[in-house]
Amino acid sequence: MTDSTTIAPSNSLKMLRAMAGIGVLCGLLIVLTYEGTLPRIELLRAQALEEAIFKVVPGITQMQAYTYKNNAFVPAEETDLDVVYAGYDSEGAFKGIAIVATGQGYADVIKIIYGYDPEKEQVVGFYVLESKETPGLGDKIEKDPTFLENFKGLDVTLNADKTALKNQVITVKKGTKTNAWEVDGISGATISSRAIGEILKQSTSEWVPLIYQNKTAFKSRGNE
Amino acid sequence: MNKEITKATTLSSTDEFIKGLWKENPVFVQVLGMCPVLAVSNTAINALAMGLATAFVLIMSNSLVSLLRNFIPKEVRIASYILIIATFVTMIDYAIQAISVELHKNLGAFISLIVVNCLILSRAEAFASKNTLGKSIMDALGMGLGFTLGLVSLGLVREILGSGAVFGIPILPENFQEWVIMILPAGGFFTLAAWLLVFNLYKQKRNAL
Repeated sequence: MTDSTTIAPSNSLKMLRAMAGIGVLCGLLIVLTYEGTLPRIELLRAQALEEAIFKVVPGITQMQAYTYKNNAFVPAEETDLDVVYAGYDSEGAFKGIAIVATGQGYADVIKIIYGYDPEKEQVVGFYVLESKETPGLGDKIEKDPTFLENFKGLDVTLNADKTALKNQVITVKKGTKTNAWEVDGISGATISSRAIGEILKQSTSEWVPLIYQNKTAFKSRGNE
Repeated sequence: MNKEITKATTLSSTDEFIKGLWKENPVFVQVLGMCPVLAVSNTAINALAMGLATAFVLIMSNSLVSLLRNFIPKEVRIASYILIIATFVTMIDYAIQAISVELHKNLGAFISLIVVNCLILSRAEAFASKNTLGKSIMDALGMGLGFTLGLVSLGLVREILGSGAVFGIPILPENFQEWVIMILPAGGFFTLAAWLLVFNLYKQKRNAL
């Protein structure tokens, strides 16, 4: 830094002016970008969610968000947080419910969405929305075909009085799946695949009895 | 740094551009900004996106620093540079989210980490703060593309060996056993070491002539 001797030390006002000036300019740039990109970002997020819903409830072409309020499922408003998505085929017939669930994985919180069919009493589809699991190991929960096969008909039958699951979802060691409510784990992704089982167990025990008891609430779409 | 100043002022704009691509390549010669180089070069598309994002930030911050070089007192220059860099990083973060949620998911935390990429700060401090707008932009273009080139070189190798694909398109036969290690962080180190070896062998050979 040989030039430091040639430049006189700046006074505080100059420093303040520079920092404040740059701060204002930068703030303005950020706000403009945020405002400019927000509609598109929200659109993309909604699209990604919608695509996921169509993936986990097979055969649907339209959907409706519902929330559980005052012991009944009612169509959700935009401000509602705890929503499930009912899927309908092109004739308006109710096909199943897509539910978003989260839980702790190996690296960070995993966010999944799964489809529940109250007629079959099964989980019929599964998709990972967000995960930071280890690439090559834990992230097999997103793409391992044998693992994903688990969720094409995972049994979540309710008990006799329809208040709780008869058998809770559980992840078992790879190759030892014997019952329809068990998830066949992944070797090399033990923790991540167990986490998925745990998330499903939590979420299905909470939602499935509610949805089953109120399944008629979703069937009034055809006249819309 | 004195040497840097004299050298910078004698070079033409084109030379400023070329030097970043080859003679002073940020990845292979300066070995700067290794965090994103190692972390997000697991596929070619991630590497390309990260390289371009960094190049954008570099170009914008170099331009602004160069424009404001007489306005920023030297006592607060580092704080000012960081502020400017962080602004453009935030902007590119929103822009990437607006382009593709998937891509943003893959790059994750590494976009925000561009703020502390030493390549960008070093160009602002060593070059843009002492040179005209035109030259600073050329310098940033060269360095940015050189950085992208470095990242993509790593990304291609890691994706071919680790996933048997190039830009997501499978190119190797079905029965190819993927080298999982290449996608994991360790693979980044191996690939970087191999490329540095190639570069240094080439340099040695040329100097020997």
